[in-house]
Amino acid sequence: MRYMLLIYGCDRPEPGDPRFEDALARVNAFADECMRRGVLVAAEPLKPVTTATTVRVRDGKTMITDGPFAETHEQLGGAYVLDCRGLDEALELAERCPLAEEGSIEVRPIVEIPGLHLPDDARRAAVPEG
Amino acid sequence: MTDGSPAPTVERVYRTHRARLLAALVRAVGDFELAEDALQEACAVALRRWPRTEVPDDPAAWLLTVARNHAYDRLRRARMARAKHEEVWADEQRADAVTTMTDYGEERLVSLGDDRLSLIFTCCHPALSQEARVALTLQAVVGLTAGQIARAFLVGEPTLAQRLVRAKRKIREAGITFEVPADHLLPERLSGVLAVVYLVFTHGYTAASEAAERRVLSEEAIRLGRLIAALMPDEPETLGLVALMLLHDSRGAARYTKGGDVVLLEDQDRSRWDGTEIAEGIGLLDRALRHGAPGPYQLQAAIAAVHAQATEAEQTDWTRIAALYGELLELTPSPVVALNRAVAVAMAEAPQAGLDLIDRIDDLDRYHLLHAARADLLRRLGRTDEAAAAYRRAHELAANPADRRFLAGRLRDLDKPR
Repeated sequence: MRYMLLIYGCDRPEPGDPRFEDALARVNAFADECMRRGVLVAAEPLKPVTTATTVRVRDGKTMITDGPFAETHEQLGGAYVLDCRGLDEALELAERCPLAEEGSIEVRPIVEIPGLHLPDDARRAAVPEG
Repeated sequence: MTDGSPAPTVERVYRTHRARLLAALVRAVGDFELAEDALQEACAVALRRWPRTEVPDDPAAWLLTVARNHAYDRLRRARMARAKHEEVWADEQRADAVTTMTDYGEERLVSLGDDRLSLIFTCCHPALSQEARVALTLQAVVGLTAGQIARAFLVGEPTLAQRLVRAKRKIREAGITFEVPADHLLPERLSGVLAVVYLVFTHGYTAASEAAERRVLSEEAIRLGRLIAALMPDEPETLGLVALMLLHDSRGAARYTKGGDVVLLEDQDRSRWDGTEIAEGIGLLDRALRHGAPGPYQLQAAIAAVHAQATEAEQTDWTRIAALYGELLELTPSPVVALNRAVAVAMAEAPQAGLDLIDRIDDLDRYHLLHAARADLLRRLGRTDEAAAAYRRAHELAANPADRRFLAGRLRDLDKPR
């Protein structure tokens, strides 16, 4: 079963920041553990919400606005997609993720919709092996 | 073969084996709601069929077989409906496993194994809210109806029913697996399970004497604790919890007057304590302590055992109780434990020593028992005005009507010459 781990409320140091190397090593160790288990499907860090643009189409009219749609307390900083045996494994990995110590991680199951078109790699990951 | 109408037989078999049947069904079909519906359906079939045929030799196994086949049929129909789509994703594996399992012959309940522990751990999964864990455990494991649970917790039945539906759907949708957790997760998960059991117990135990709907919960919690202890015999904290509940419960008859007023531990008629429960509680506690891994429930049970062993209030070994609270405070630092330790120290040493400890406790200003304990110590020190103020504050904060009556009485007694 696939889960998305949504990372909220983390401050990502930029390359050149003295904290960068350490932060990179820690998230890499996490990703390596996920890959060792064969569960890592995707990892997508996002640029800060100051770079977000929101698009809405209402009555055929497109509205483009600066910033995120909803002002949330904690900003979404990125996500991992993991293909786990069940919620327990997803929770265990979320607990091991170094970002859980700084912000919070929302673990959401990914829904499988019959007939929904997906890119091939995502589809392969969605079908259990064997 | 049982004589007479089938309804009592179906009812009896259902009552006796419900949790085991439900657990076996959830294991087989991986879905709470489907398992429950199928079990209901099997009971309906039994009620129709058993008057005409003989009651089967192993009626529980019969119910399980019928329920499981019913559930598999529904899964298969759902799969065929889905198969109209080109892509069939979810449930493929499960439905495949199902077709290979349907054609077995006669089964005996004893050969089915016991999945009740998986059922308990699933109901108490930390991904569910505490409220949902309690409701689900009471429904699925204990067998209370939504109506009974709703009345015991003073919530509307629709609210409670909704809570149960959401919890079952979350289990299915979020992929909460139906199993006893892996070893590295077990200690934490077990303590979550025991917390649910103890919460159910205290909710019943702290009910005013007249609230029968709530008081039944303490009995059910003890039964549930015994079940967990039987299924996991090597967990000392489980034994400690059952011991603790038994020792508390042994005082049930002496805790209230006929009029429903609280009787303090020191004023209780100890001949009305239940000696059988005390003996069993102490026996279980000894068994738990032999594991050499004391935990919060074992320590609390040990404290309750010291009280239980004192034939008169004056003989209570307060020094031992204060020491046990000290250990408990180290293990689980909390202001409530600190308060209890302070009271024990006051009894073991002197009121002033207890008062000094109470005045060092933070974060408990809204807890009526802190003010009641202060009031009592101030009264003993002869500081009557301060005692009255503390009783008034405790009265203001107390929610239970029996507690409020008790505190009002204490306040009145202050004015009387002693």
